Amino acid sequence: MSAAATSAAAIAARGDAAPSRRRPGTLTIWRWELRKLISQKRTYLGLSIGMAFPVLFVLAQHLRQHHGHEGGNVFFAQITQSGLATPVLTLLFEGAFFLPLAVVLVAGDIVATEDGNGTLKTILTRSVDRGQVFAAKALAAFTYAAVAIFLSAIVATIAGVASWGFHHVRTFSGSVVPPGEALLLVFAANACYLVPIAAVVSIGVLLSTATRNSAAAVVGALAITLVLALIPIIPGLEGAKPYLLTTEYNAWQGLLRTPTDWGPILHSLWVCALYAAPCLLAAYLVFLRRDVAGG
Amino acid sequence: MPEAPSAVGEEETQPVRARGLVKRYGEVTAVDRVDLNVRAGDVYGFLGPNGAGKTTTLRMALGLITPSEGSVELFGRDPLRCGARALQGVAGFVEAPRFYPYLSARKNLQLLAALDGDGARARIDEVLEIVELTTRAGHRVGGYSHGMKQRLGIAAALLRRPRLLILDEPATGLDPAGMRDMRQLIRRLADEGITVLLSSHQLPEVQELCDRVAIVDSGRVVYEGALADLRRQGGAGYRLRTTDDALALRIAAEQPGVGHASRGEHGLDFQAEERAVGALTLSLARSGVGILALTPELATLEDLFFRLTEHGAGDGPVAQPGARDAVGVG
Repeated sequence: MSAAATSAAAIAARGDAAPSRRRPGTLTIWRWELRKLISQKRTYLGLSIGMAFPVLFVLAQHLRQHHGHEGGNVFFAQITQSGLATPVLTLLFEGAFFLPLAVVLVAGDIVATEDGNGTLKTILTRSVDRGQVFAAKALAAFTYAAVAIFLSAIVATIAGVASWGFHHVRTFSGSVVPPGEALLLVFAANACYLVPIAAVVSIGVLLSTATRNSAAAVVGALAITLVLALIPIIPGLEGAKPYLLTTEYNAWQGLLRTPTDWGPILHSLWVCALYAAPCLLAAYLVFLRRDVAGG
Repeated sequence: MPEAPSAVGEEETQPVRARGLVKRYGEVTAVDRVDLNVRAGDVYGFLGPNGAGKTTTLRMALGLITPSEGSVELFGRDPLRCGARALQGVAGFVEAPRFYPYLSARKNLQLLAALDGDGARARIDEVLEIVELTTRAGHRVGGYSHGMKQRLGIAAALLRRPRLLILDEPATGLDPAGMRDMRQLIRRLADEGITVLLSSHQLPEVQELCDRVAIVDSGRVVYEGALADLRRQGGAGYRLRTTDDALALRIAAEQPGVGHASRGEHGLDFQAEERAVGALTLSLARSGVGILALTPELATLEDLFFRLTEHGAGDGPVAQPGARDAVGVG
């Protein structure tokens, strides 16, 4: 180091006397948040959950076929008629628990892990504001959630089509939809499902910011969604069902009715906003005002 | 050196200016009304025992934690009000520098350069070379030794082309050669005009590098000012050999301005200002005591540090230059 000390002085001395005005934008920070996620093994744990479920589902249906069992409802009976039914059914099953689990693994970790490692102080002493860092982290958590959900849908579609072909699909209302339109509906259903998942991510980000503990944030966010799922079965609390986040997990099913039932989808938008907005605002304020004393 | 900026403009561009900084955690006051004045070109030592509040003060300076009271400005900008703008031209680390263990050193620097903007990415190879990590730049930081992380911390700071470098125990964990190199690097950076705020437990390092110091104890500044002033006032010790040391000790003990007089194997030791020393020699002469030798002995920073932080000075008034009582000089 001593031999290079002169150049050290030189590089520092080249610093402008006047402060620079060129500062990085939030999207730059977001890109680096994604790169950090890509470099961490735990990121792939959540993605694996999302991808493994459709594969297991398809394998289970093959076994079911092999043993000669038939489906219970009209849509289930269609599963072997078209591979495009597979992503719809997997969304129905994994949407209640596995996909929320996959997304909170990252959302609950995204701030807390930096606190634990002491790297929050490293990035907060560079040329970016706290608000930018928070926005980039929240955006990265949403991005990851979208990737996890669509990756799961893609795997389910490929596995389903490979097993049972690219054919027309019968909707929940019994009408028949051609394969191209069915594919679009699969995409739209997953996009609709992103709305309640965004609210789950927001809860995870809040707990990650407030608890400074990844495990507590992940478990806490999952516990909240489980409690919300249990509320409607408690006698006397049935009336709360339309306003529970977990109810909105199924809002996308309105797209698979003829005509399209937009009611639950629009309802989902504002109910989820009621969960997401306060959580994000609270997390933002905590992040702005918190003492970074770790590390 | 003057203690206060001579003009408003100078005050506004002062690298670090803290006024009445307080940080409380419940009932505990970690930092208690701390004032700091780091001026352009200073190599400013920030000393204190463990738990004295140094790191908490530095975190407040960098905007990482919010003061309970008071304010701090970097080049005239408060990090709490101005955010990242207040950190322009400022770099360094508090406690140990931290990096993403799953990324390589180069990736870590690329990330930080992206958060710095202003062409920092183009300087990565250069700063890696400075800290001699070029050959290990592709390795994950998780496998780095403590010393390598310290060096990477310096590299990350240099990426920002700082005008003010805040370093918290930069030599901790380095081997003797690494410590020497770190001192040389800091010295050269300072020679090029970079202001350095150096928190350190290494008193010889501070004595060698710093021209001004603040010493904190129990969250309070017990001395802030020029190191030379501190040594002069606090460590203006003398050794005296006379024809009658016993009588000389009695005379010294009664002499105004003379303190800490004691008799040892090699004569008398005492502390006093020059004027009081002159008066003492006259008193000795009047009493018929011959002076065989009178030699000044400057105290080391270590002596002063322990005197300030272990003799209850922290409970008394802040020892500014000239405030002799605070350093136990009678």
